Amino acid sequence: MSDDHVYLTLAEGHEDDTRWAYGTGFEDPLHGVDTTVPEGVDAEALAAECVALADDALVSAQRLAEWVTRAPELEEEVALANIGLDLLGQARLLYSRAGQADGTGRDEDAYAYFRDAEDFRNVRLAELPGGDFAFAVVRLLVLSSWRLAHFRRLEAHPDPVLAAVAAKGVKELTYHRQYAAEWCVRLGDGTDESHRRMRAALDEAAPYLGELHTAYDVRDEVAEDLRQVTEAAGLTLPVHRPLPGSGRAGEHTEHLAPLLTELQGVARAHPGATW
Amino acid sequence: MVTGGPALLDAHRARHVAEQVPDPELPMLTLADLGVLRDVEVTVDGTVVASLTPTYSGCPAMAEMRADVAARLRDAGYPRVEIRTVLDPPWTSDWITESGRLKLAEHGIAPPGAAPRGPVSLVLSPTRPAVPCPRCGSADTEETSRFAATSCKALWRCRACREPFEYVKEI
Ligand SMILES: [Zn+2]
Repeated sequence: MSDDHVYLTLAEGHEDDTRWAYGTGFEDPLHGVDTTVPEGVDAEALAAECVALADDALVSAQRLAEWVTRAPELEEEVALANIGLDLLGQARLLYSRAGQADGTGRDEDAYAYFRDAEDFRNVRLAELPGGDFAFAVVRLLVLSSWRLAHFRRLEAHPDPVLAAVAAKGVKELTYHRQYAAEWCVRLGDGTDESHRRMRAALDEAAPYLGELHTAYDVRDEVAEDLRQVTEAAGLTLPVHRPLPGSGRAGEHTEHLAPLLTELQGVARAHPGATW
Repeated sequence: MVTGGPALLDAHRARHVAEQVPDPELPMLTLADLGVLRDVEVTVDGTVVASLTPTYSGCPAMAEMRADVAARLRDAGYPRVEIRTVLDPPWTSDWITESGRLKLAEHGIAPPGAAPRGPVSLVLSPTRPAVPCPRCGSADTEETSRFAATSCKALWRCRACREPFEYVKEI
């Protein structure tokens, strides 16, 4: 990227839409896309699907961003931030689509900043605090493997906007899954300590796996990815009884609310402000 | 309604203007080189409609590109400009033109190979071929990070000339 160009943009006062990637009040990411909901598509179900997928992505992006300045190596920090940015981009498109489909006309900011924890529909695995790098890569492997399989199904969705968002996302998620898988193998097949932490991470994630499978059954694809990785890493996927409740129904852990407080604080303190 | 002749010429000129806009993150490339400018047409009322496609869902340069194209077209004498976002089919690195690939290499950035088609399986053995060094041409290179300063690039290092370099990923 050209430094001159960026700094010039930052310095220009943003009187129109020439703003860079920060703050709030972005223009619609679906700007100029035909947003008619096709006949025969259940608009309410479409909106719900978009919100759930967007919430997974937004909450995951926030957890990934927490690694910036804390990852074991600079390269990993850049990687995790980039993966978060891809997910944030997917979330923006999906929130915009949801607002068109549910007829409320809400924009992406309304969904991201002005809903409370019980209105979020992300799976609980996405919101768990990610203190250990081993847990971060295990969670990323599970969520990207599931999302990739799910998005592949969505490429054939009758809503052309959701189908297009999915088709784009598939390419990105392929990279995310590969990144997570390679780290899982490296750590699982690494030192005694990294192996031990990988086992702990799998134990922590396992009770939440069942929550992922709802609309489309992609269990086999996800299981195959996990089998391949755990085998190469010298690990076994623990069998756990699924935890009761579901983030998809708005039932969350105590960890989501503090995450949202941080995410939403500035937007709520200064509603309508752009920065 | 005006058809053919002058209108067609006008569309050609508008397209040419839009094609020359540099990419904000890879400024050695024009938007046409990068393959993100899908279409430029002039409607009967003289509005220029330019269609752009994002490289990545989270590409932070998208708003910037839209603004740049609109500004260039206005400067070129088209007061009414409309920018459309096209999501389908999704952008692929295969759309980077031949001249775009040459320009990347000239600037020390390795251009992408052919993008995968269809579903990509998880592969855990190191089967990826080495990317040749854009400076010295050596194949003795290694990846240092799958992700770099922008989503579309990875970081590599050349063991022969010892220079790090960026590489536009296949997608
Ligand atoms: Zn070299």
